[in-house]
Amino acid sequence: MTSRDVDGDPAPVLSCGNLRKTFGERVAVDDVGFTIAPGETYGLLGPNGAGKTTTISIVCGLLTRDEGTVTLQGRELDTGTVDVKAEIGYVPQEVAIYPDLTARENMRFFGKLYDLGGRELDARIGRVLETIGLADRADERTDAFSGGMKRRLNIGLGLLNEPTLLVLDEPTVGVDPQSRNAILDSVEVLAREGMAVLYTTHYMEEAERLCDRVGILDEGVLRAEGSHRELISLVGEHDRLHIESRGDLTAAATAAAAVPGVDEAIPRDGGIDVLARDVRASLADIVRAVDGSGTGIVSMEVDEPNLEAVFLHLTGKALRDEE
Amino acid sequence: MREAWTIATKDLRRRLRDRSAILVALVLPLGLAYIFSLTLGDVETQGFEATYAVVNRDTGGHLPDEFTALLEGLDFVTLREASSAGEADSLASDGEIDAAVVFPDGFTEGVEAGRGGEITVIGAPEATISALVADSIATSFASDLDAIGLSVATAAGPGSTIDDQLVTRAQAVAPGAEIRSAGADDRTVSQSTFFAIGMAVFFLFFAVEFGVRGLLEEREGGTLSRLMVAPISPGSIIGGKALASLVVGLVSTTLLVIATTWLLDATWGDPLGVVLLVLGGVLAAVGVTALVATLATTTAQAGAYVSIVAVVGGLLGGTFFPISQAGFLGTIRFLSPQGWLMEGFQELAYGGGVSDIVWPLAGILVIAAVTGAIAWTRSKRLVAR
Repeated sequence: MTSRDVDGDPAPVLSCGNLRKTFGERVAVDDVGFTIAPGETYGLLGPNGAGKTTTISIVCGLLTRDEGTVTLQGRELDTGTVDVKAEIGYVPQEVAIYPDLTARENMRFFGKLYDLGGRELDARIGRVLETIGLADRADERTDAFSGGMKRRLNIGLGLLNEPTLLVLDEPTVGVDPQSRNAILDSVEVLAREGMAVLYTTHYMEEAERLCDRVGILDEGVLRAEGSHRELISLVGEHDRLHIESRGDLTAAATAAAAVPGVDEAIPRDGGIDVLARDVRASLADIVRAVDGSGTGIVSMEVDEPNLEAVFLHLTGKALRDEE
Repeated sequence: MREAWTIATKDLRRRLRDRSAILVALVLPLGLAYIFSLTLGDVETQGFEATYAVVNRDTGGHLPDEFTALLEGLDFVTLREASSAGEADSLASDGEIDAAVVFPDGFTEGVEAGRGGEITVIGAPEATISALVADSIATSFASDLDAIGLSVATAAGPGSTIDDQLVTRAQAVAPGAEIRSAGADDRTVSQSTFFAIGMAVFFLFFAVEFGVRGLLEEREGGTLSRLMVAPISPGSIIGGKALASLVVGLVSTTLLVIATTWLLDATWGDPLGVVLLVLGGVLAAVGVTALVATLATTTAQAGAYVSIVAVVGGLLGGTFFPISQAGFLGTIRFLSPQGWLMEGFQELAYGGGVSDIVWPLAGILVIAAVTGAIAWTRSKRLVAR
């Protein structure tokens, strides 16, 4: 049974507020706070050095904080906390496995640290190995694994204790596209199963694909947070629909502009550009209007504003360096 | 404790898969002890000879004769004649003799009357060790005389006259009356025993260091953060590392004791004493190497630091070459745990028992406690940032 707060919403799995951490003179995290509900995937999006890893290190009790609170399932969490950490599944940024042990031995070792043993541990290891697609390589030493396999095992180790909160710190860095997709698929499945997920990334596409809500972190400060749509609307961005047309482009633009929800339509580059808050919702009406104006439609392309644009708008800089 | 043991067994499993570990913990010390005892085996036992003179100015006394008889019984001693202290001094200065022992006039009478007496040992400047051996023999002889004097005095009571008959009876019954040889003969262990002890002590510090620098290894490998997020205390993580080191140290040293006894004919001595020293030694080795490892920031650095400490401590402690108990080296060797261990193990090899290794054992345990406590505190800072 999921506990609920006074408003009837499910009580957050993770709640942290006013987190602050300094290293000497440098402020790594300043007044950061957010909550994650059961089954929700929360993304911390920011460039390298934004404070993402510091934040999740504090959340996981790896790092002492100078100020602020962290509660997991309603219980205070700090570096000295022991029991409540059993609720966390942690997937560090670097591959954290023992290369001279097999995948199964790695899992057995970490499972024992979570007070698991016997048949229950064996069963869980079997399930996780299936989930991460390593069941047939379970008894091989991991130093013989490819980079992608190591990454998958890295994630599998975080799932072994069937956590309430899964924390993934940039799990796809340096991973080939195929393995990246596999990892993202796994996270989506886990979130659908009700696990709360805290996911840090500097890949905008990952945040957009996985996260119900995103916190935009820059220089240790949480600049904004919300759903994808909320963040887009926060900065006043529009969807852009480009319709390549033949005929009277001015008439087509006038017709499109008259559609409810459309803010602007202008002839451009052999077609018209239509700007709307939610172009997909108005798409059918726009097509009918343009078609009704007697202009032939050749092709269409929807260009929705993304978090990259939001980040640029909020911070004045690009989300990531050229890679 | 359960979590610490889980971490320790994981480390031990990994250690077993690393063949270099077995090389350092067993093969190298055993092999080197064998090679050293083969190549250096006969040097000391056959090479040590001493020429002494006894100057007997104690006319009519029997004690100088007894001392001379004692020296004649030692096969490494050659006796020369000297009629006076002056002649002995010039013989020593010329290198003709290594040392001379001078008994003054009235020595026997003074000892038997309870007034005591003075024996002078004249050593040749170039023969430090031989002179020390002569001094040691004379000191042992004098100690026995003290025991005789004390027995007689106790039997006669304060103020009584001590007669010759009583002295003779005391010599017959007093435990200290039998003169005990303290020559190089029985204070020197066989070369195979010496190098078995030396190599076991020397490599102990290399055998245990993997565990204590394991924290740095976990940090570099990224697994430390995973351990720290697990629901276990920082103490369990550190304890697990120390436990693995202790197990490796105990197993490797025990196997070395057994192997050198069987294969090299080494004599380790009193089993209980050996067990106590091995335990203390392993604790000290873990404490020292753990402390050194906490001063490093990388495993490579920790390995280098530990190697320096192990080699310097090993040389200082006399694991490769016997160190004279006198002089500067004899004193500073106790700065190293290896020095205490060598002292203790050699004492057992000489035939001593647990009561003879109280000080070495205490020294080792103090080093283990101090270094272990500091290392624990510093390691906790590494684990709980």
